[in-house]
Formats: sequence, C-alpha cells, structure tokens
Amino acid sequence: MNIVPLIRSRPRGKVHVRTVTLSHGGGGKAMKDLIDDVFVDAFDNAALAPLEDQARFDLAEFAAYGDRLAFTTDSFVVDPLFFPGGDIGKLAICGTINDLAVGGAKPLYLSCAAIVEEGMTIDMLRQIAGSMARTAKTAGVEIVTGDTKVVQRGACDKLFLTTTGIGVIREGLVLGADLARPGDVVLVNGFLGDHGAAILCARGDMALETPIESDCAPLHSLIESVLAAAPGIRFLRDPTRGGVATVLNEIAEASQVAIEIDEAATPLREEVKAFCEILGLDPLYLANEGKIVVIVPPEQAPAALAAMRAHPLGALAAVIGRVHVGEPGRVIMSTVFGGRRIVDMLVGEQLPRIC
Amino acid sequence: MKYLDEFRDSAKARILVTEIEALVATMDVPHGRPLHIMEVCGGHTHSIFRFGIEGMLPKQIELVHGPGCPVCVLPMGRVDDGVNIAERPEVIFATFGDAMRVPGSRKSLIQAKADGADVRMVYSPLDALAIARKNPAREVVFFGLGFETTMPSTALTILQAESEQVANFSVFCNHITIVPTIKAILDSPDLELDGFLGPGHVSMVIGTAPYEFIANFYRKPMVVAGFEPLDILQSIWMVLKQIKEGRTDVENQYARVVPDKGNAAALSAVSRVYELRQFFEWRGLGSIDHSGVKLRDEYKQFDAERKFSIPNIKIADPKSCQCGEVLKGMIKPWQCKVFGSACTPEMPLGALMVSSEGACAAYYQYGGIKQHVAAE
Repeated sequence: MNIVPLIRSRPRGKVHVRTVTLSHGGGGKAMKDLIDDVFVDAFDNAALAPLEDQARFDLAEFAAYGDRLAFTTDSFVVDPLFFPGGDIGKLAICGTINDLAVGGAKPLYLSCAAIVEEGMTIDMLRQIAGSMARTAKTAGVEIVTGDTKVVQRGACDKLFLTTTGIGVIREGLVLGADLARPGDVVLVNGFLGDHGAAILCARGDMALETPIESDCAPLHSLIESVLAAAPGIRFLRDPTRGGVATVLNEIAEASQVAIEIDEAATPLREEVKAFCEILGLDPLYLANEGKIVVIVPPEQAPAALAAMRAHPLGALAAVIGRVHVGEPGRVIMSTVFGGRRIVDMLVGEQLPRIC
Repeated sequence: MKYLDEFRDSAKARILVTEIEALVATMDVPHGRPLHIMEVCGGHTHSIFRFGIEGMLPKQIELVHGPGCPVCVLPMGRVDDGVNIAERPEVIFATFGDAMRVPGSRKSLIQAKADGADVRMVYSPLDALAIARKNPAREVVFFGLGFETTMPSTALTILQAESEQVANFSVFCNHITIVPTIKAILDSPDLELDGFLGPGHVSMVIGTAPYEFIANFYRKPMVVAGFEPLDILQSIWMVLKQIKEGRTDVENQYARVVPDKGNAAALSAVSRVYELRQFFEWRGLGSIDHSGVKLRDEYKQFDAERKFSIPNIKIADPKSCQCGEVLKGMIKPWQCKVFGSACTPEMPLGALMVSSEGACAAYYQYGGIKQHVAAE
C-alpha cells in the first residue's frame, strides 16, 4: 500500500503489570507502553508504527480503485467480550468492513479507538487486539490509527471499541435502499439470527446450553463476487441489530414498495428455531454479523444466487422473497402454516414472553 | 423441530380450513353477525397472529382476543407499587422480561432501571432465589405475575426459600386466576360471544372441571386448546361442531398436555401457599371479586407487600380507553377511539396495547391481515 512513509526507528515499550490501571490512561510512559505492547505490536504496520496523531495517505492510491470514498464508523459494546464464534475485536473489524462493503466499497483502512475500564487484564486486552489484527489481516485491511482511554471502574463495561473505516467505490456503481422495484428478488446468504442467539446464550442468564455460534465474518469478498456476477443489484445491507425484518421494512419504506417473504424459504438453523421457540423471540429480528440481504432484478437473481453459493460464506444462500407493488412500506410474510402476517418494525428491544 | 413442525403442517391446515368452511356453510348463523369465538389466552392470540390464522378463516367467523395476557391486565397502580419497591436502594427487583415495559403512572420498570433501580430480567422465580442466595446483604423481590400457569412455580420457589431459610427473598404477588374473569365477561349484559377456546397452559394445572359452569350455566361451548396452529384450527372446528349440534360442553382438544383432573402436585403447592384475595383490580376490566391470590399468613415473611408495607396505589384506567369493549367482543381493536393514535405500543394507554400478546398490540404489530391486506 502507498502509505506516505513516516518511518522513524523508535524503541517499543513493554507492559510489566497484569491489569490496566488509570495510570495507563495518563498520557505518560505507562500509556505509551500499553499502546506499544498491546496495539502497535499486534496491528504492526508502517502507517501506525510512528504513532503520529494521524495516518497519512496518498490520494492517487484511492483514485486507482474508484471515484468515490466510503467512510463509516461503528461502536462495539458487546457483553460478553468473548462469545462462541468470535469476540469484540473480531466483531469491531468485521462490522466496519461490512458497513463499507454493503455500499459497494473496497475496504482499505480502519481506525480503532478503545475505551478500557480499569482492572481489565492486559492478557485479555492482548487477546482482543490479536483477534482484531488477525481479522484485519485475513480481510486485507490495515488498522492505521487509533486511540486508547482508560476510565474508572463502572464508567464503562470492561471494553468499548470504536472502529472507523475508509473504502473506495468503483466508478458507475450505484446502490440504494430506494432502488427496489416490483418483481425484484430478495436473497440472503445463509442462516439468520445466529449472532443474536449466540450472544443471548453466551450471557448465561437463561441457563440454556446451545451449540449456536456467532456468524461474525467480513463480507467484502462475498459482496465483490456477487456484484461481479449480478451488476444490476439494487441494494445490499448487512442485517445487524433489528435483523432482516428491520432491513426489509427500511427498503419497503424507502422504495415505496411492498415486500413479501416466504417463511418456509427463510434459512434458519434448527437450534436457533428451537431457541426462539423457547423464549418467544422472532428470529427475523435477531442480529446477524455475517449476513447480507440482497435486492436484485429478477433476470440477474439466478446469477447472484449462484455466485453466493459458490462462496464459502454463502453456501446456504436462498431466495426468501419478492418485491411487489402492494401497499407501499409493507412487509408481509406467508407463514409455514399457509397464513399471512405483517412483519413490522420492532418498537423497542425483543423481550422474552412470560408464558 | 420435532413435536412442533407436525402441528404446523400447511397441508393438514388446508384440510381443516375446508372442513371449517363446509361446517359453517351448513349453519344458520344467528344474530345476523359473524360468530364470535373468544380465545381466552394471550398465548393463543400470539399464535393466531404469528401464523396468520385469522386470514385463513371464513368471514362468518371472527376471533375475539380475550383477557388472558397477565402482563396486559396488570393495573397501573400495581406497576407503581412494583416500581416503588424496585427503587429502594437495598432491593434487587427480579422480573420476567415482558413485564418491564408495562407503564405505571410515573414510569415503567425499564425506566426505573435506567434511573438507577437494580431491576434484573429472569426466566424463572428460581433464578430470583439464586440471586438472593448470592447477595445475602440485599433484599431480592420477585415480581410474581401470571395465571395458574406460573402460580405453581412461584409457590414452589417460596417453599424452597422456606426450607433453605433464605431470609432476603420475597415475592410481590400479582398472580391472578382466570375463571372469575371469564365469569365476569359472561355476566356482562352487552356480551356478544358464541364460544370459547380455553387456555391450554392454565388447564394443564387446574384441569377442565373448573369450566363446567360455562357450558352448564351460561350455555356456551368451550374447547381447551393447544397453542400450535393446527391445535387452534381444530379447536375452532370443535366449537363450531358444538354450536351446529346445539351442544354446550367442555371439550379437551389439548389432551396430550392437559389431564382432565389437572396437576395434583401443582395444585397442592398453590393451595398451600396462596389464598384468594377479596378482589383484584384488572386493567381494562376493573375490580373482579376473588380474581387474585395473595400469600397465606404462614408465608408472610416472603410477602413483599407486607415486608415493604407498600402503599397499594389505585389508579383508574384512562377514560378514553375502550379495552373492556374489545375484550367483550363488542368492538375490534382498530375501532377503538385511541387505537394507533393516543395508544400505541411505544406509549400504551390500555391493557391490550401493552404486551405482544395483547390483542391491540398484536393488531398494531402483526396487523389484522383481513383489515390491512383486503385492499390488495
């Protein structure tokens, strides 16, 4: 990558204590040691190493990929920090990569800001930084700038991460929630609700043991191959908080169309179905961290579906519904039972039912 | 999912719907209006909306969504009392999730939590007892809610707390009983109901005998129904069959779960721990005699009402609210003056908008397909 070189040789600091204390946020040597030992060491790249207040880029590099920048930010406050299928670090990298990728952008650089509660162990912080570094490396993006703050016990919950990302959109690509047209097909790339169910289980409040893992994954390579196979794709979105139901409602509203989905065609893991059944939750509203909803014109739907299924993150891709003229803004589901019902936006958070 | 998918089979559903249509076609529908069948239980309301059952039925049948959502019918004053307890600094207030949003006159439990009260969501009263064991210096109060379905688990938890001598555990008891409420609805002069689907989970505990008066005295058919969509369709067919044949019986469609005699162990725990209150206030229905239970004197050390000498606030339902008329089948949710305007799931005014099992909230969220989709 053509990052403007600022390489200066500088000895890296080392942390010799077990836990993070307020002194690691004081701006002095302890803070520099923490940043060096935990973050710089893990993220290890030429742009970050000099620890300037900003990363610097050569504009020509961006221009080589396309004609528009995509810029996004997201905060991660997940509890617990480690869960089956991932951790807060992996989530923070995937989440921001995906927010860039669903806009059709090639993700290039990320920043990472960490707010750490005093008392957190250095080991745990190291594990999370390592996980961020591995995820970024596999995805081909670099974490080039960052910030660390330490707050008093109780002022945050162990660790909050914010990642910001920059990517480039190639010339001519136009995607938008307002572009869905009657006849378009709705695709997803696999099982829905895994992340939401995995996190609820991992919290341990409901003493349910399940093998459900988060689907947390960077989606840009999948998106790249789907866009190549079906260049007419109207819209892409990663259905995170609020799930697929919320995304479909947003599309129906923005495009002033109706969307009808088929419950029987919706890919759901048996374990997630059972989990939702026990707690009275609706899997359509559960969060996903490795899924995309794709709106594609009917003639390109087979190509899009084939491209998804050929990718490791889309083996179970499926057509789940269609766009109709209908009542604008309305999402309707044909139920497995043969009935129909409206799938609306959630009012607040889904709460388990009493009986 | 085994034992569930079998009861959601769309081919069998089509057969049942055809049978229902054939049966209705041969019936003289009385009163010049559709037949009104009330599902008493909120669990049924939830299934009916979730699977889109209303839209599958012929237009001569209308379902009336009954009072059987214990979260919905909790009156504002009791929520205020609960919030008052939860706001005491020594208290950890443990509650089922969907009770957290029920509005009080000052605030809901979810707002109280945001304001600093230690409110925790639990999945069973035993979870609350475990919190009490872990926090001996705090007072743990369980928000006891629900009909006979959840009454035994609260009773058994109290018996467990007694045998372990857990002194810092108590229950804020709002358990209610369904039979007096069905009776109150049947006694109403403007009633327009032709039959009932009986509450399956309640009946698993109390059996079918307590409903005999509905068939014998009020001459209405009653079918105790399961919660899967095929259960509901079959039960509707059974109610129609009774109307057609001029019978009024208590029938048990849910025999795979509901023994006619109920569950003796659960009933014995219930009668050991609770006694009937003289009356209890219901949101939307007002005060109903003998419709609630409280802890017996022998268990008063576990009674949060006595432990914290709560004020027992009484707050009247808002005047514009028409929940009572919806519950009795006189109007449909969307015919209420405040439906969707002054009363929404975000800011519920009446009982039926409170939980996803309430008829109005279900219409608002899942939409009455007949009403909304008819235009297509």
